[in-house]
Amino acid sequence: MSLTVIEKIWNEHQIADLGDGTCLIYIDRVFLHERTGSVALKGLEAAGRKVRNPEQAFCTMDHIVDTFPGRSDDTTLPGGTAFIQTTRAAAQAAGINLFDLGDQRQGIVHVISPEQGIALPGATVVCPDSHTGTLGGLGALAWGIGSTEAEHALATKTLVVKKPKTMRVNFEGELPTGITAKDMILKLIGEHTASGGVGYAIEFAGAAVRALPIEARLTLCNMTVEFGAWTGLIAPDEQTFAYVQGRPYAPNAAQWDQAVAHWRTLQSDPDARFDKEISIDCASIVPQVTWGTSPMHETGIDGLVPDPAQIADSAVRSSVERALEYMDLQPGTPLEGVPIDAAFLGSCTNSRISDLRAAADILRGRKVAPGVKAICVPGSGLVKAEAEAEGLDKVFTDAGFEWRESGCSMCFFAGGESFGLEERVVSSTNRNFENRQGPRTRTHLASPTTVAASAVKGYLTDVRRIGAAGD
Amino acid sequence: MEKFTQLTAIAAPIMRINIDTDVIIPSREMKRVSKEGLSEGMFANWRYTEPGGREENPDFILNQEPYRQARILLSGDNFGCGSSREHAVWALAEWGIRCIITPKFGNIFYGNCVRNGILPVVLPNAVVEDLAAQVEQDPAGNLIHVDLRNCSVTAPDGTKHTFEIAPADQEMLLEGLDAIAVTMKRDDEILAFQGRDRLARPWIYLDNN
Ligand code: SF4
Repeated sequence: MSLTVIEKIWNEHQIADLGDGTCLIYIDRVFLHERTGSVALKGLEAAGRKVRNPEQAFCTMDHIVDTFPGRSDDTTLPGGTAFIQTTRAAAQAAGINLFDLGDQRQGIVHVISPEQGIALPGATVVCPDSHTGTLGGLGALAWGIGSTEAEHALATKTLVVKKPKTMRVNFEGELPTGITAKDMILKLIGEHTASGGVGYAIEFAGAAVRALPIEARLTLCNMTVEFGAWTGLIAPDEQTFAYVQGRPYAPNAAQWDQAVAHWRTLQSDPDARFDKEISIDCASIVPQVTWGTSPMHETGIDGLVPDPAQIADSAVRSSVERALEYMDLQPGTPLEGVPIDAAFLGSCTNSRISDLRAAADILRGRKVAPGVKAICVPGSGLVKAEAEAEGLDKVFTDAGFEWRESGCSMCFFAGGESFGLEERVVSSTNRNFENRQGPRTRTHLASPTTVAASAVKGYLTDVRRIGAAGD
Repeated sequence: MEKFTQLTAIAAPIMRINIDTDVIIPSREMKRVSKEGLSEGMFANWRYTEPGGREENPDFILNQEPYRQARILLSGDNFGCGSSREHAVWALAEWGIRCIITPKFGNIFYGNCVRNGILPVVLPNAVVEDLAAQVEQDPAGNLIHVDLRNCSVTAPDGTKHTFEIAPADQEMLLEGLDAIAVTMKRDDEILAFQGRDRLARPWIYLDNN
């Protein structure tokens, strides 16, 4: 029988069929962080349960930790220290792998999971965090769960999961120069809405996806949850294997050939049937930017803020009206030229070394516009070290960016640091929800290069028009 | 976990689309490493006049009578999208919500509901809008009846709608089961699976390295 790559991985992990499409699925890796993982570990402890196979469970500190240089367990978030210290103690008691503050391997969970070789092709990986689908970029079947489910996965090495429908999203043709994976995923969500993927596991395919380097594939898969999907993945290929080889938790030399031979089978069969297929023509993608408070509120940088009066569906119209009020934008305003107060480069979407290099290429020899607060937060301690070895930190600080320690930082507002009331931020993150980056903060999602170019101009900018350095 | 069999209750329509978990509970309201004490932060950005404040916004529906007694929420498409934070469900449950009816749920949120005794009901948009319209005519009198045993929602005017739910989820809610205990009944199967899998995919088992 012809199978999709999603079904192949699913079948390999199915322990029991519980009826009506619900299965008991084996979980290879559980990753936790101090925000939601702490509750899961505490819950297990309280119930007197143990972590089964703690060597296959991992924990990092990323959400609540400060990202200021010289940080400690103290946080700008009131009560944050308790989360950090509770998580540390619970992780140590459970005997799971911990990437703590001060460890260079510490970083945003979905950045360090591939970096350390924890997420692998064909592996099932879960984390009480909605952006776990990021790891689909390596061909892992990875999805976000709640804290109670995390307890279940830790205690039993399994989860009860309803089999998803499958969708293939084909990115046809070639991506124009200067267009990134971030623009691809925003375009998809803009065209097919923030709930277009609900109920589906997605395989991203097509020539443009094959051509993406691994880090860009992680970016593409990162936002499948913003599309509403259960998860998304890209079938592993030679690029994937080259990326994985030699990483600390990857298969060792003795297992390597067996692993790769296995991973090569993880492709959708030529006549495999998906429940739904859609296509996006890559030639039509321009730098994308959001104007509203849902990732589907987006358009090309050459586009206009929409006019709610033109929208027939009343629920959609009122959500757009509300979004424009929150964002303080008038219908018909060109996106290019909207002045910004701040620029944020970071998050599990776009804080890897390739993102930092691309942004630095734009910032080299340039300055951030006066009055714009600009911050760069590398995704992990190792990304930070690599960037510093290449001198990128100098490029960022010379341009006027703050250079931070790794973590989630102002991707979301936890009650500590924020950009401030009604500040307008161009951000390489994944969510532009109301109050996401701070009370009444206004977020415009965009690629790292659009963020860098807009920081320089002081307004939302078409990155393709930034010329040679110093322009 | 509290069982769910059937319920007749006041319903509060919050008919916006894409109500995300950041809205249901803003991150700054998740103050402690605990599942308790979160209801105060529920819908905080809408419920209170100032960010972080506690002065009630009288325009917000759940600050109004009789909606303060609501046990059912009606909402627009894609309710509970966004962050995985289970705190959203813990907050709703603690406040008193037992059932949410919407055309589509955020996936993780749906699972979190089932594990915390809240019944998630998916019904077509037109049906949810009709339920909302009936409720609004007389919020205190036009109650909605939900029965998980036969998977039905009865509108105030008597119209009966059926919904779907996975049998495992239905059983968990009806019986108020502890999911881990249920799965551990299959422990032999899990261990047997690991034995086979260890040979097929030894690199997954990090104690081998
Ligand atoms: S970087 Fe942002 S989206 Fe990613 S895990 Fe951290 S808070 Fe979540």
